[in-house]
Amino acid sequence: MKSTEMTCILCPMGCRLMVTQDGDKIRVEGNSCARGQKYGVQELTNPERVVTSSIRVMGGQMPLCPVKTKGQVPKSSIDEVLHAIRASKAIAPVKLGQVLLANVAGTGVDIVATANRNAV
Amino acid sequence: MMKYDVVVIGGGPAGLAAAIEAKKGAPEQRVLILERDQALGGILQQCIHNGFGLHYFKEELTGPEYAERFIEQLDGSGIEVFTDTMVLELSKDRRVLAVSREHGLIEIEAGAVVLAMGCRERTRGALNIPGARPAGVFTAGCAQRLVNMEGYLPGRRVVVLGSGDIGLIMARRMTWSGATVALVAELMPYSSGLNRNIVQCLTDNNIPLKFNHTVTQIHGRERLSGVTVAEVDPMTRKPIPGSEQMIECDTLLLSVGLIPENELTQGAGISISPITSGALVDERRETDIEGIFACGNVLHVHDLVDNVSEEATIAGRAAADYVKQGALSGPIAQVRTGRGVRYAVPQRVHAGGEGKLDLYFRVDNAYRGMRVQLRSGDQLLLDRKKQIMTPGEMEKITIDASKVTGDLELMLAEG
Ligand SMILES: Cc1cc2nc3c(=O)[nH]c(=O)nc-3n(C[C@H](O)[C@H](O)[C@H](O)COP(=O)(O)OP(=O)(O)OC[C@H]3O[C@@H](n4cnc5c(N)ncnc54)[C@H](O)[C@@H]3O)c2cc1C
Ligand code: SF4
Repeated sequence: MKSTEMTCILCPMGCRLMVTQDGDKIRVEGNSCARGQKYGVQELTNPERVVTSSIRVMGGQMPLCPVKTKGQVPKSSIDEVLHAIRASKAIAPVKLGQVLLANVAGTGVDIVATANRNAV
Repeated sequence: MMKYDVVVIGGGPAGLAAAIEAKKGAPEQRVLILERDQALGGILQQCIHNGFGLHYFKEELTGPEYAERFIEQLDGSGIEVFTDTMVLELSKDRRVLAVSREHGLIEIEAGAVVLAMGCRERTRGALNIPGARPAGVFTAGCAQRLVNMEGYLPGRRVVVLGSGDIGLIMARRMTWSGATVALVAELMPYSSGLNRNIVQCLTDNNIPLKFNHTVTQIHGRERLSGVTVAEVDPMTRKPIPGSEQMIECDTLLLSVGLIPENELTQGAGISISPITSGALVDERRETDIEGIFACGNVLHVHDLVDNVSEEATIAGRAAADYVKQGALSGPIAQVRTGRGVRYAVPQRVHAGGEGKLDLYFRVDNAYRGMRVQLRSGDQLLLDRKKQIMTPGEMEKITIDASKVTGDLELMLAEG
């Protein structure tokens, strides 16, 4: 049996949840609504996040371009995702929404530009 | 002398939405945005994290993406933009003096003016922490710009003072950029930041957050070598002797609040609220000088950019209407604040208006299970229970404008 304490972030109430895993049964306590139940289970079994960062741009008017993962990636892969972004470069011009790294760190999710960057 | 119908000062999210709405309301009018930076978008350019636009676009965007949604609407709209143009002075009769890289010193006669200059961060000077002034002390927003736009990491071992959203976001950004964040210290017994940011920025990265703590001393001569952190008495907010602790760090990030940037406003003789540090406005966001409107962070500090866009739409539309129709007349009701309410915007309302009227306000403490009440004389116009209200989150109530017949009072009452 494993218990984890966490804060539900889905609304300003910020309920303190106690999520307990007992075999394949998961129990959520402390939530004030059904959304909190779902959140507790998701956070315990498969927490995911959108990762944002900046990537180096060659030949641009600005040295960096902001980027994000196009969808959520497993929380455990965040370091690898950040590392992959740091190790790469984009070439100006860059268009908002352009895929700059496909399938980043094997997550199946792409890194896309979140701003336009003109060439010099 | 140039002539424009509507001149918008500042090209952040507030200025953009105001200009777009002014032009929509009156396509024949000449609308101009003046922005001192080389690009539009304001502070959003450096807010590269996501979480913007959930209310306004029903979609989660990063700061630059949110700004781009508005910037792309300028194309073909006929709205003119001068970037690299800093406004130096504004007069009561709506003459705008600016200096521009391209146009030199310019004077513009404006039919209406929308103030959208945003805010700036409080700095350490305003806080008076004892110690020398070594390198390594930054405001969180300045560090955000360095890391996100210039690719420069200000330091390797960091203490953050203040747990507002910018401080929380920067604690994660510094960690994600390879630095270690030793502590986030918060003077108050609660954070003004969103729960979501406390969890996803601090808890996710095992960064400790201490409430009722502050930095009492800065160490180091040329470069910061550490800070002394002490616990404060929750009642007096004074450091408790004996609770001091030295933390080694080469970087201190200050996230201790924002102040509306109102030098131009004051120069024009517009009355400023001592509580919001922004202009006193009516429901159309008109200041007490006719034809000059204000919106966004220059009016009061917003935590959600979505609210900024909404407010700017009101101001932009009103500016265009003013050019067409002149000033509104009729009796004015004051919006007073009672128990538990720190401020409300707008501060005054024309009686007998049409449509819906939104009142934005902040509470002065964290409250659970209280009622929000709006009274006019002995009449109760609105009475609503709220599970939770905190000073960090702006609240909004909506009433029918036609119900306003006399002065209003907004207050909290027991459940
Ligand atoms: C460092 C920082 C980080 C923030 N992070 C977040 C966040 O993560 N999430 C969030 O929702 N909100 C955040 N905010 C709040 C954010 O400021 C607002 O949501 C929003 O950007 C306010 O829009 P605005 O247009 O009023 O101001 P701004 O975005 O500040 O835009 C004001 C513009 O006016 C221009 N200007 C000012 N004075 C002059 C002048 N004299 N002449 C010409 N131009 C001028 C400025 O250059 C700027 O472009 C942050 C604020 C700061 C300061
Ligand atoms: S459990 Fe429900 S009420 Fe509690 S924070 Fe989560 S969403 Fe809000």
